Amino acid sequence: MNASVMSEVIASILILIGTALSLLSAFGLIRLPDLYTRSHAATKSATLGVLCVLLGTFFYFWLAEGFLSIRLLLGIFFVFLTAPVAGHLICRAAYRSKVELTKETVQDDLKEVLEKGEKGRA
Amino acid sequence: MALQIVLNIVIAIVWAIIQNSYTGVDFLVGYVLGLFILYFLKNFLGFDFYFRRVWAAIKLLLLFAKELVLANIDVFKIVLSPKLDIEPGIVAVPTKLKTDWEITLLASLITLTPGTLSMDFSDDNKYIYIHAINVPNKEEMIKQIHDSFERAILEVTH
Repeated sequence: MNASVMSEVIASILILIGTALSLLSAFGLIRLPDLYTRSHAATKSATLGVLCVLLGTFFYFWLAEGFLSIRLLLGIFFVFLTAPVAGHLICRAAYRSKVELTKETVQDDLKEVLEKGEKGRA
Repeated sequence: MALQIVLNIVIAIVWAIIQNSYTGVDFLVGYVLGLFILYFLKNFLGFDFYFRRVWAAIKLLLLFAKELVLANIDVFKIVLSPKLDIEPGIVAVPTKLKTDWEITLLASLITLTPGTLSMDFSDDNKYIYIHAINVPNKEEMIKQIHDSFERAILEVTH
């Protein structure tokens, strides 16, 4: 097996895994009951999906054409830096504008804390 | 810590000058030698060996990669199971971390690990409020994961 075949195999496996994970996170957005559980699917699977696609592209250009793209690595780094913060902020904003939790919710430690804070301010 | 890195680079440069050949390999050999010298001098100079922190950071990175893959398998199972039997909830988790960037790092790591999503911080930065996708069978496990993450972060910063 020569280098170009190997690079194609590695790249295609990584890109296929990445697209499968992105599809999975789209399924998660449809199936899960409320905003908070949906953002579980959106932050985790989409992040790893993008990582796999970018990594596959990186390996393909590196092994097949000998071109080391630092931009792709930086892209991976920035996605990892920003995706969890975006998920966190969307959830926080949703909770503070009183978006309902799903019926199955068993525990809510944040509710009393926020109510106490509002009483203290008023 | 910054002083030690500068010292190590100076040792590497001195090594390259002694060899009278200025290539990347010479610099690298000098750097590794400098690491050994600093390791043996650490008690004499009375500082903490800085490479221990680098090693702790590498361990944190590996732990993070493992947890990321586990998180995706977790979501995979929940999304593709024919019946959704999840019990989400919001849990307050106490944290020992002090500085802002440590807490930010912990919150980001929590968001990317199995079944948890950081949602809010208490005003005095002593609690992180976490949305967990499956509370009853996971509360203990979540605590364990956070202990491991928290300990790994503390190892890097202290």
